[in-house]
Amino acid sequence: MRVLLFGRLADQAGWREREAPALESVEAAACFAADGDEALLAALTASTTQVAVDQVLWRSGELPPQAAEIAFLPPMSGG
Amino acid sequence: MRITVQPGGFDPAALLGQVTPSSGAAGSVVSFTGLARADQGASTRLFLDAYPGFTEAEIAKAGELAIRRFGLLDLLVYHRIGEVAAAEPIVFVAAVAAHRREAFQGADFMMDYLKTSAPFWKKESGDEGERWIEPTERDRADLARWAQPLED
Repeated sequence: MRVLLFGRLADQAGWREREAPALESVEAAACFAADGDEALLAALTASTTQVAVDQVLWRSGELPPQAAEIAFLPPMSGG
Repeated sequence: MRITVQPGGFDPAALLGQVTPSSGAAGSVVSFTGLARADQGASTRLFLDAYPGFTEAEIAKAGELAIRRFGLLDLLVYHRIGEVAAAEPIVFVAAVAAHRREAFQGADFMMDYLKTSAPFWKKESGDEGERWIEPTERDRADLARWAQPLED
């Protein structure tokens, strides 16, 4: 599945998109994206970070088995 | 309703020309153009990030709400992403309604949504470095004027 980062999260990670193996949970996706960076992991799992799965806001910790992409969304600033 | 989110400049006058009321029921077209503001002549650039597909879908939900709430006959939202220089247009909204009050309110409502809740992430770059921008208290107060949540 694709893991996507936006805004300040993408800046912090230094990338916007990566391919990941099938992941079962949001926490696993965050750990994959953080890749050992504790500060990034904290930002990805912060209460102000929203998650979207297949372009729909997602509130469960578990990911659907056929999910194609997960996106971590920092607080939206508006345009 | 038409929602467009894409990089590159645009001509607000040309977009206004595309908002052609399709029936005699329309009595008003209200449009707004937002520009990138340079604070006190500072050399500032904006970078607008968006989530392709998701951002348009979320704006469309707000647009559908605006259409229902204000009885709009049509709505056009055009929002630029990517690098934007000072004084360049960033956003264009046009609302079509039978009467002017609803057209003004529809356009105002959409702009308050776009400025605070739309899935964009805005970074400012200037002489003092870079920073990601948060909605201001005024933006939040403007959205709160509508006194209803952005959902049915």
